[in-house]
Amino acid sequence: MSGLNWIGLRTLLAKEIGRFMKVAGQTITSPVITAVLYLVVFQQVLADRVEVYPGVDYVAFLIPGLIMMSVIQNAFANSASSLTQSKIMGNVVFILLPPLSALEIFLAFTGAAILRALLVGLVLYLVGWLFTPLPIAAPLHALTAAILAAGCLAVMGIIAGILADKFEHMAAFQNYLIMPLSFLSGVFYSVQDLPPFWAQASAFNPFFYMIDGLRHGFFGYSDAPGWLGLVVVAGFLALLSAIALTMLARGVRLRP
Amino acid sequence: MPAALHIDQVSKSFGSLKALDGVSLEVAQGDFFALLGPNGAGKSTLIGCIAGLLQKDAGHIAVLGHDTVRAYRQARRHLGVVPQELVYDPFFTVEKMLRIQAGYFGCGRDSWPWIDELIEGLELGDKRESTLRALSGGMKRRVLIAQALVHRPPVVILDEPTAGVDVELRRGLWHFTRRLHDEGHTIVLTTHYLEEAESLCRNIAILDRGQVIARESTRDLLARHPYRFLEVKTGSQTLPETLQPLQVGGTQGQWELRLDKTRDDMGAVLDTLNSQAGGIRDVRTRDARLEDVFVEMTSREARR
Ligand SMILES: Nc1ncnc2c1ncn2[C@@H]1O[C@H](COP(=O)(O)OP(=O)(O)OP(=O)(O)O)[C@@H](O)[C@H]1O
Ligand SMILES: [Mg+2]
Repeated sequence: MSGLNWIGLRTLLAKEIGRFMKVAGQTITSPVITAVLYLVVFQQVLADRVEVYPGVDYVAFLIPGLIMMSVIQNAFANSASSLTQSKIMGNVVFILLPPLSALEIFLAFTGAAILRALLVGLVLYLVGWLFTPLPIAAPLHALTAAILAAGCLAVMGIIAGILADKFEHMAAFQNYLIMPLSFLSGVFYSVQDLPPFWAQASAFNPFFYMIDGLRHGFFGYSDAPGWLGLVVVAGFLALLSAIALTMLARGVRLRP
Repeated sequence: MPAALHIDQVSKSFGSLKALDGVSLEVAQGDFFALLGPNGAGKSTLIGCIAGLLQKDAGHIAVLGHDTVRAYRQARRHLGVVPQELVYDPFFTVEKMLRIQAGYFGCGRDSWPWIDELIEGLELGDKRESTLRALSGGMKRRVLIAQALVHRPPVVILDEPTAGVDVELRRGLWHFTRRLHDEGHTIVLTTHYLEEAESLCRNIAILDRGQVIARESTRDLLARHPYRFLEVKTGSQTLPETLQPLQVGGTQGQWELRLDKTRDDMGAVLDTLNSQAGGIRDVRTRDARLEDVFVEMTSREARR
């Protein structure tokens, strides 16, 4: 096979971006509003009582967690719902008939999902400034953490989209896997405040490293060593990518 | 010169159902080819295997010499497929959708004039800016055809392009397909409108229960059929006993008889009707149509 179908890849990427931008109210605005609601509520209830990291007030601690939670959920939702919808509507044939390779389809779906997740995260970050100053200690670290995490979830979304035959299947992935894992991985607290067993269990939860990694970028310190978070998430991304690429190349569910 | 389509011993099962059972076919370049068969015969399954939408269990397929698995990029670049299902992407306009589809095939801006031609040719001009969601079924069908042609494929497969389409659009579509054929495209189509296949297509394959049961030129297929049909109006309400085995339709003085050219003598039959059925009031004969051949070959009786 001679090289990449660049125009094809670029077109599919642009089309996937166009898809979520056309319904930006649902795909960008609404997740930001959800996160801001969490912020308002928790600020009211907890702000005076909790100091998670010394010298960091609770709202400032909470915002990177909420940003990462939104990044996670939106990266997943984008590729999963796009693929599931195309399968249900039958228009997935439009990308199966052309000379697009597994890698090209993979890159386009992943790229668009990462972009949507980063957009949501960025808007949320800007809105966060209304609540508290949010200087970023290590911007490159924060951005890398966000991209790697979004990548993982985008790829998980592809896998879910390949496997799901109905919207209920995709919603099940979302409600029973993505939501709890992202929620229970230290969005609202530091895992060091958990009972020892759960604190140690977090060491095996990649979602914990995603959230922790972004916090490290914001504050310069975190629960786990900063580089470890990035390495774990990058490894997780490599594993998921290998699975998704194999499924695409074999035509699992898409080319029965 | 490689065949437009080379299909060699292709099999495909869905669970225990053998949808394709060792299908071999060759379609020459420049042919106008009909793939016929009753519902569930395996036509769409075969098209799916050619297009790479389905994975065959066994066999080989090549499009203009390019293997559909090993050289899938070249094979797909040479192939345009109009799926049977009326699928569409609700998010985009007609023009945008066509440009996107061209992009998937690696065609950039240089394909836009051709896309304009397609829009004109398929009379989609005033729908250019409409989103697909807002179009009627017939319009969606035209967009689907345009989408299959954006990359100027030399081989075009249309899976029931006229299903659920009104008479005028049907004529328009056949006119358009003829033009494509005249311009040098190889056309393969499936349809249940057999008169149309008969008048349009040069060669025919009939698929039944996953097997090719006929593969001939339209002319030979019709000529091979040994029957001729006779429609008569008689004075009597009963058909003479000797003619009853020939009856295939009609009642009470209006009969349709099927004569075997090699066995039944037309003159003798008419004589019998004249003398034993109260005289002939009206008579009409016709040669076998594709439909007769088709029914003959695929009906359950024929298999016993
Ligand atoms: N994805 C699938 N899963 C299970 N069975 C299938 C699938 N696709 C087709 N079949 C079965 O395979 C057989 C052939 O179907 P196919 O769609 O190829 O027929 P067809 O000749 O195109 O019929 P039609 O004229 O109705 O379009 C049918 O019995 C059908 O039920
Ligand atoms: Mg069919």
